[in-house]
Amino acid sequence: MLQRVKKGRATERIVQSALFLCGVLSIFTTLGIVAVLLFETVAFFREVSLLEFLTDTQWTPLFEDKHFGILPLISGTLLTASVAILVAMPVGLVSAIYLSEYASNAVRRVIKPLLEILAGIPTVVYGYFALLFVTPLLQSMIPSLSGFNALAPGIVMGIMIIPMVSSLSEDAMYAVPQSLREAAYALGSSKLQVALRVVVPAAVSGIAASLLLAVSRAVGETMILAIAAGQQPRLTLNPLVPIETMTAYIVQVSLGDTPTGTIEYRTIFAVGMMLFLSTLMLNLVSQWLRERFRTA
Amino acid sequence: MAWHERNRGGRCRPGLVSGALVVVGLVSAVLGFLGSTVAPASAATLVKVDGSSTVFPITEAVAEEFQKTNAKVRVTVGISGTVGGFKRFCVGETDISDASRPIKLSEVELCADNRVGYIELPVAYDGIAVMVNPKNDWVDHLTVQELKKMWEPGAQRKVIRWSQIRAGWPEKEIHLFGAGSDSGTYDYFTEAIVGKEHSSRGDYTASEDDNVLVQGIATDPLALGFFGLAYYENNKDKLKLVPIDDGNPKNGDGPILPSAETVKTSTYQPLSRPIFIYASKKAADRPEIVDFVKFYLTAGRPLVREVGYIPLSDEVYELGLKRFEKRVVGSVFGGKGGSQIGVTLETLLAAESK
Repeated sequence: MLQRVKKGRATERIVQSALFLCGVLSIFTTLGIVAVLLFETVAFFREVSLLEFLTDTQWTPLFEDKHFGILPLISGTLLTASVAILVAMPVGLVSAIYLSEYASNAVRRVIKPLLEILAGIPTVVYGYFALLFVTPLLQSMIPSLSGFNALAPGIVMGIMIIPMVSSLSEDAMYAVPQSLREAAYALGSSKLQVALRVVVPAAVSGIAASLLLAVSRAVGETMILAIAAGQQPRLTLNPLVPIETMTAYIVQVSLGDTPTGTIEYRTIFAVGMMLFLSTLMLNLVSQWLRERFRTA
Repeated sequence: MAWHERNRGGRCRPGLVSGALVVVGLVSAVLGFLGSTVAPASAATLVKVDGSSTVFPITEAVAEEFQKTNAKVRVTVGISGTVGGFKRFCVGETDISDASRPIKLSEVELCADNRVGYIELPVAYDGIAVMVNPKNDWVDHLTVQELKKMWEPGAQRKVIRWSQIRAGWPEKEIHLFGAGSDSGTYDYFTEAIVGKEHSSRGDYTASEDDNVLVQGIATDPLALGFFGLAYYENNKDKLKLVPIDDGNPKNGDGPILPSAETVKTSTYQPLSRPIFIYASKKAADRPEIVDFVKFYLTAGRPLVREVGYIPLSDEVYELGLKRFEKRVVGSVFGGKGGSQIGVTLETLLAAESK
């Protein structure tokens, strides 16, 4: 009897340390990535001043007249992410309200997984969908739209992140205590009033967190933008012309024959660092908001 | 069609590739050493090629195919550039030199000083097409000056509207597409148009993938772009080719459209040129060199198109073969360098073979 307990404890320890190792492995991988990023980024900033990097309005490191201003890449990223969130926010929120407040349990059980399929489609498929279907469709409405633009991939990216918004927002709304709803009904509110004036405000931090996570996903998205948004860094807020995002730039340089150790090569690490910091920031804020919502 | 596999986007910059070549060189040196202990004869079956990075993709493809059927011969292909290639070739270090232009007088002299005879053999045409969207109804032709105005480094963020290129053209943005800065096409285009290799504006859609450029130009009414002429042939219906006027009436008056014909008569200037290999006369005594050169000028013909260049006419290949068999040394261009204007390879080679 005692032996069996001991044996059980031994297996327990093995399992425990195996699990610990798995956890540590992912942490060390992250640390390794950050270390490489830092190392190359520091090397980059030995040659290019931080001020130039953050304020110059041109990004042409591969050409004769070299400029290292990341603003055009940031504007491209923000532009496509904004289009995406403009699509995902209304659609995602409305479907979250429907799923949480209106849909019966049976309907919700069917619709929620169906919506989540959208997040499972490979992004390369979305990319060509944007390039070969959405752009030509939009061109029939907006003749001045370029073949590569921020609008079509932005919209498609918005469709991709709808399930993130709807699913996480719905979780937050569903968690709003029933007593609040009942109190509102008792005061004579209609169903819509309950949904918009009671449930949504009560779940607002969870909703905001879901939106921020979705933005972070859009900022880090690569394939759709590399395929459909163009490869021309441009400081603009016009969604109709070719632009380049931070992620697409990294892809472009990685595909060419840029020799390692050169300044051109290091630009991708500097851009990668910028990308890493911005998504990290978004994720942290989103997490902080969710914590607040849990304690509320 | 398998010719995406080796399209010219794959042309590499010397830096990286020569690094790779050093490694290959080391490996082959080790292998050579091992080989020499086993079979002493193996050193003799090496074909050494060096020279232009423009010709490299063709020579590389030919070498690959050649080695499949001639397992005992090893072909090494370097890319020191046309100039660097001749420097090594004219002192007898290499057997064959890749060149993106005819041999120059200074190189002719260097070869003569070292008693290296060279057999000049054209292998293909290199051409670049300039294209706009089919909906573009204002561009009827472009002059070299206008192209320069668009593409020179000084145009960056300054020349952004069609109206700045020629008075009367629309007051609309111009969207530029072109080969990426890692490609041989980019080097040639900048050399021919801007006047300095590897020098252009940076604010255009640059891609090593010709499909991206086709897609960009084909779907954007304000687009203008350039890439290898052979690649245009596959996308004729989606793009509008622009005739180019080089302002020199001697090689055809006015704007000239690129075509197999205008490239061959070298009237489509300055964006087309014949490219060559130069075989050493001394090396041509060795059977593996003879086999390789003959293979290049016969079985190599379809490979030229596959890697993104324009093949010569069969007649010119035959004349080249004849020239090689007779071991005719010297250049049909008289060592002047640069292509002779308005004279075809056919007439140059035919005149000589009589």
